[in-house]
Amino acid sequence: MYAFDIERPATIADAIAALGTEEAQALGGGQTLIPTLKQRLASPAKLVCLSAIKEMQGICTADDGALCIGGGTTHAAVAAGAGAYPALAALAAHIGDPAVRNRGTIGGSLANNDPSACYPAAVLGSGATVITSNRSIAADDYFQGMFTTALEDGEIITEVRFPVPEKASYQKFEQPASRFALVGVFVAKYAGSVRVAVTGASEEGVFRWAEAEAALSGNFAPEALEGLSLSGDGMISDLHGSGAYRAHLVGVMARRAVAAAH
Amino acid sequence: MPEVKMTVNGKPASGQIEGRTLLVEFLRETLGLTGTHVGCDTSQCGACVVHVDGKAVKSCTMFAAEAEGAEIKTIEGMAEPDGTLHPIQQAFQDHHGLQCGFCTPGMVMSASALLAENPTPTEAEVRDYLEGNLCRCTGYHNIVKAILAASGQDVSRIAAE
Repeated sequence: MYAFDIERPATIADAIAALGTEEAQALGGGQTLIPTLKQRLASPAKLVCLSAIKEMQGICTADDGALCIGGGTTHAAVAAGAGAYPALAALAAHIGDPAVRNRGTIGGSLANNDPSACYPAAVLGSGATVITSNRSIAADDYFQGMFTTALEDGEIITEVRFPVPEKASYQKFEQPASRFALVGVFVAKYAGSVRVAVTGASEEGVFRWAEAEAALSGNFAPEALEGLSLSGDGMISDLHGSGAYRAHLVGVMARRAVAAAH
Repeated sequence: MPEVKMTVNGKPASGQIEGRTLLVEFLRETLGLTGTHVGCDTSQCGACVVHVDGKAVKSCTMFAAEAEGAEIKTIEGMAEPDGTLHPIQQAFQDHHGLQCGFCTPGMVMSASALLAENPTPTEAEVRDYLEGNLCRCTGYHNIVKAILAASGQDVSRIAAE
């Protein structure tokens, strides 16, 4: 790693002030950023650790029933504490391994927006709202392509608000070595609408599968997806699987998610 | 150079660090606690697992500065002061849960975190929890057996591998 200064503010206000200087970078749980720094793929002058900011941690329920999760909440804390939204708790419980889940945070995962990460599928599939240090961003506006989001320099995710669906499930086909999602599909049924979000597959990052949403809105059953397919064009193609294989897996995992939704 | 203070194995510990100093480097190089191993240095292998405020963490993927004020427990803190092994360590010895021993500190610390959370895990739960701990001597069968034995479960019917 190249050398950098490190600061550990205790409040959101102090973190924003610390991030105001040139080449400052926020550090969530560090489970992606620290390996990136070791490979010298990033070279910030200053890291601002968010892990000591208590006001960004924890889970609560809003007056409208939405589940509110602080941006600095670890995957392990979500797995243990998001019982009001079981599909989300289950997703968090299967990210990485236990030691990674004890450090990695929901805000860090969303800020990074890895094309194979799990949380983006939950946020887009739930139509959640990403709340930052200065605004609220709808999930449909937040994700802007692989490793690209609506976040601006110095802006941090303080909270994510999930409307709780009637039924939901996240199913991922794990890449057997890394255990990242080769393809993951999040399906959520709300009163009057269904959302289907896909991670791991597209070169554009997480996306909604509109045809599947329309089919499931009429009939929320795996059979409703029979005959629907996605093109392999624009899908990630690498040594783990071709674009056509990933496109096929999206259908398989979507049907499994509908079947497993509860 | 900033100073960091924490509690390691029940004793106060402090030292000068750089921003980029990893927790595992502070433990091994500043404090001389070389029981915590660095295997892959890429947060895959789990040889560096320690407890931070009671939770299993890969100490190669956390900065020392982030441990300010924390309670750290390493493999050196597991046995009694008189050398009596911790029950998990004893079970690893009794059930041949190690061959070369390189992964063992991380295995023991992960096992200890698992049993604190889930005192009588099933075999599947043990294997699932060890997802982030790699053993290249292929010792998993006896590691799992040792952890089940340390949890007080009867492992006499699990065949030796």
